[in-house]
Amino acid sequence: METNVEARPVIKVQAPAPVRDEMAQAAEQHEIKMTARDVNVYYGDKQALFDVSLDILDRSVTALIGPSGCGKSTFLRCLDRMNDVIEGCRVTGSITLDGQDVYAPQVDPVQLRARVGMVFQKPNPFPKSIFENVAYGPRIHGLIKTKADAEEVVVNSLTKAGLFEEVKDRLQESGTGLSGGQQQRLCIARAISVNPEVILMDEPCSALDPIATARIESLMDELKENYCIVIVTHSMQQAARVSQRTAFFHLGKLVEGDETAKIFTNPTDIRTQDYVTGRFG
Amino acid sequence: MSEAQTIGRRRPARELASLESNRRVRARYAADRRLQAYGIIAIGLAIGLLGILLASLIATGYPAFTQTKVNLEIYVDPAKVDPKDPAQGNFRAIVRDALVSNFPEATTDKQKTDLTKILTSDASYIVRDYVVRHPETVGQRVTLPIAVSDPFDQLYKGVIPKEVDALSWSQVEWFERLQNRGVVVAEGGRTNLKLDVYIDPARIESGPPPTGDFAAVARDSLQAYLPDVHDTLLFTMLADNAPDAIKQRLEADPSLIGKTVSIALPVSEPFEVLAKGGTPKVPNPRFTAAQIAAFDALAARGLVHATFNWELFFNADSRFPERAGLAGAIMGTFYMLIVCFALSFPIGIAAAVYLEEFAPKNRLTDLIEVNINNLAAVPSVVFGLLGLAVFLGFFGLPRSTPLVGGMVLSLVTLPTIIIATRAALKAVPPSIREAALGVGASKHQVMLHHVLPLAMPGILTGTIIGMAHALGETAPLLLIGMNAFIPSVESMGVLEPATTLPTQIFSWADSPERGFVSRTSAAILVLLGFLVVMNMVAIVLRHRFERKW
Repeated sequence: METNVEARPVIKVQAPAPVRDEMAQAAEQHEIKMTARDVNVYYGDKQALFDVSLDILDRSVTALIGPSGCGKSTFLRCLDRMNDVIEGCRVTGSITLDGQDVYAPQVDPVQLRARVGMVFQKPNPFPKSIFENVAYGPRIHGLIKTKADAEEVVVNSLTKAGLFEEVKDRLQESGTGLSGGQQQRLCIARAISVNPEVILMDEPCSALDPIATARIESLMDELKENYCIVIVTHSMQQAARVSQRTAFFHLGKLVEGDETAKIFTNPTDIRTQDYVTGRFG
Repeated sequence: MSEAQTIGRRRPARELASLESNRRVRARYAADRRLQAYGIIAIGLAIGLLGILLASLIATGYPAFTQTKVNLEIYVDPAKVDPKDPAQGNFRAIVRDALVSNFPEATTDKQKTDLTKILTSDASYIVRDYVVRHPETVGQRVTLPIAVSDPFDQLYKGVIPKEVDALSWSQVEWFERLQNRGVVVAEGGRTNLKLDVYIDPARIESGPPPTGDFAAVARDSLQAYLPDVHDTLLFTMLADNAPDAIKQRLEADPSLIGKTVSIALPVSEPFEVLAKGGTPKVPNPRFTAAQIAAFDALAARGLVHATFNWELFFNADSRFPERAGLAGAIMGTFYMLIVCFALSFPIGIAAAVYLEEFAPKNRLTDLIEVNINNLAAVPSVVFGLLGLAVFLGFFGLPRSTPLVGGMVLSLVTLPTIIIATRAALKAVPPSIREAALGVGASKHQVMLHHVLPLAMPGILTGTIIGMAHALGETAPLLLIGMNAFIPSVESMGVLEPATTLPTQIFSWADSPERGFVSRTSAAILVLLGFLVVMNMVAIVLRHRFERKW
């Protein structure tokens, strides 16, 4: 799998300047993986996001928090162009991945999604076998040629997702027969099977019980060593637990984005303070 | 709980079982039960009607599943059949000789011809086909089961009686009216009508001996009793010797001419039976007495038997019901449905996938959508006319062929398949599409790998419903001439004239022969059987797909 990363042409460009000075320190420790500059999103006539600018650092967890309808999921879906399939959706501004504009005309969203994986709110394994669920992505991207390749990828991905021990005896059984937490980890395994660089998670634990949530959270902790993770969450405790950086959205605007500890203890904006202390939201 | 713990004024406790609330609860339960009862009544009605339909079809159709045959010993006379070329023999004479040899009393040609009418008119072909297959039988005696002709088949099955009622109900009614007036009297074991007869001088010469139209006088006097009856059948009430009674009376007393006199006129034989309380019968006019006797003799010797009618499935159509079968119609239906499926399944799915997944939402696609829904409501006869004008008239495709029939029926089934496919595609949860898109599947991969397989059970159901619709279509096929008379299945093909099950039913229902009545019902049962089989195939396919996914 490492060979695949190297085989892919990585265009090195200079990282854009960080939005705020505070971010510069963080940027020294972590390379900036994705940037968003002045992103506006419209659904038909309705504007959902207003001038959002944010840097997302590699090998860390970035949490997007905010009340319902604030645009955090919309922003997340802009990062891998999942909004493209929504009729009447329009995105302006620029989003880059390793300095490349992901909305450039020559960028194929299918290729982009191989590098930016996604895990959804509701566990949505394909109604196929566990093996097929994981092997499907690598197969359509031509990453695996033989059955041995497929087995290697499946075992690796399931191991990384912390699911292999539980399902190793029933890889041919349907993925939909697993429990909710197992299904979500299967979806994570499916997402990392194509060897992405960024993993987007849209409220991955909202349909799970606390024990399954704890497993996913510890999994995120492990995965952040190798991946750039962006997670949308409604739970501020979860954001505080798993993320290194947090961005607070309100009414389609990015109010504040900073290190998690700062957002929760010493936010700059009064709205952030009100939200994290539970005054509204 | 003490008062101190409550905050504010305590609300009076509501009775859980007050009179009023009990009444409301009872009314609600009654309404629930009524709703349930309406549903049960509706289902009962539907099942009852279906049961009546099936019962009447089976009751009418079951005789067609057996065929009466005569085991006829046949001498394949080498004088009439050339062993080198057995197909050219005079088999008509051979069959006739074989049958007549059982009845030495038949001597004249007329009698012999009457006897051969017991057997199907195709008997000579049955023997010929047998001899052609077995040429070594020339010069030998063989016993072959030969189908009897339709009237005797029906007679043996008891569908038509050996004897029929001699009198119509109106004749019986006239006689009862006369009885009520006391005109009917029994004298010395004979039944007479004691009528006031006016001896019309215009009809009778005094003689002696008196001459004239005594029969007309008898008729006039009978008519005078029933002036409202204007039917010559009335006069069958009088025996042939009734005028003689008048004549004898006049011979005894010529002075009665011009006067009205009471004379007892004898009634005819059937009315004699009726007056004695019996039901008068006459032999069925379809048969001659000799034919009946001969058939009974064959039956008494154990040569006549009813066997399962395999010919119904393996014979093609025939003018003679006892030889007619559904093989041609089944083959034609099969070819036509293959063409229909091959056209409408891929086209329907492609159209539905495009409209559902790829088409931009604009006025043009809206218009297409509305019109597809409208097409589903267009009467199929209109598609038949379209096929006649376009496929036959403009493109000049061959008439009556399964190709054109399948093309026309695919027009009928396409809207059904498109609508069902779109509904099935819509029913696939969006999370599956998102999941596939999320791992980087392209649009067609999402479609082919995930959405279509998941929608396939719904698509198959829609397709089977459409094909079942096509299986039963009649009107458009009549318009393109797919009710051809196909006496042999050997030459059938997609580009050859053909008939189908529903058009065969239509043709048979139109035929006057008694045997086609039961055959029509039997053909309907076969058609329903095909529908049931198709639905079962659909269910099996669905289950298979559902297990896999």
